[in-house]
Amino acid sequence: MPTLRTDRLEIRSSDDVVRVRQMARAMALETGLGLVDQTKIITAASELARNMLDYGGGGLVLAEVLEQPGRRGLRLTFEDKGPGIADVEAALKDGFTTGKGMGLGLGGAKRLSNEFSIDSRPGAGTKVVIARWK
Amino acid sequence: MDRIPILKFGNALLVTIQVDMHDRLATALEEDLTAKIVAYGARGVLIDISALEIVDSFIGRMLDNIAAVSRILDADTVVVGMRPAVAITLVELGLSLTGVKTALNVERGMALIQARLQTSESEDADVED
Ligand SMILES: Nc1ncnc2c1ncn2[C@@H]1O[C@H](COP(=O)(O)OP(=O)(O)OP(=O)(O)O)[C@@H](O)[C@H]1O
Ligand SMILES: [Mg+2]
Repeated sequence: MPTLRTDRLEIRSSDDVVRVRQMARAMALETGLGLVDQTKIITAASELARNMLDYGGGGLVLAEVLEQPGRRGLRLTFEDKGPGIADVEAALKDGFTTGKGMGLGLGGAKRLSNEFSIDSRPGAGTKVVIARWK
Repeated sequence: MDRIPILKFGNALLVTIQVDMHDRLATALEEDLTAKIVAYGARGVLIDISALEIVDSFIGRMLDNIAAVSRILDADTVVVGMRPAVAITLVELGLSLTGVKTALNVERGMALIQARLQTSESEDADVED
């Protein structure tokens, strides 16, 4: 699958969460996503970047504009080397939080994406990949 | 540190959020608003978010917090100008903003605050009778 463009950003502070939104917006425009799709993937990116910061000790975000025959998409990968998630299924449920949040971010990011995958093991960090297709 | 300006608008306060909210700005806004509600005896808070391209759970929680604190201080909070794409996204995110009233624009938000003030005043009058 050809990648038309890539960009990456390290998440270390809450200002980087603002930056990740800007990066996601620029890449969503490049992908040609409509306004609602743009808004959805930027919001999902904001949630996942904040999770990395709050629970994963920061991490790296990779943004890729993808092209397949007949369609373009934006894929975002969030990877941290934090403590990982013991029970991913529970973490995905709305209302589940180990912090002071509402427990919406992870499940919400999944609903806001066309593709969603999460790979997390205690001690090994967390990797979340989302994509939104045009 | 930069702060979001709070304007006095009749018996209400008007906040126009024009920048992408980061955490310190959100915390400062909550504190500033609380202080100004008390200082002016404001009965309403209008938060114009028409410039916001997204509202995530963090900003949603801030809006909810402001509404909750304002309510305790006897002021109504109305969030105005939410973009349609933001509203669609919020629903899918699962953020219901139950404690927050919304209106299409500042005028309608102000009308909502005044209407509620009038009903609560006439109810007070009824009790006195
Ligand atoms: N990158 C991560 N590393 C470790 N744990 C995580 C990570 N992301 C999420 N979690 C865990 O999953 C839980 C659920 O995450 P989710 O984003 O759904 O809710 P929240 O962040 O607690 O609240 P909200 O997103 O509504 O502010 C978190 O409370 C945390 O325990
Ligand atoms: Mg979260």
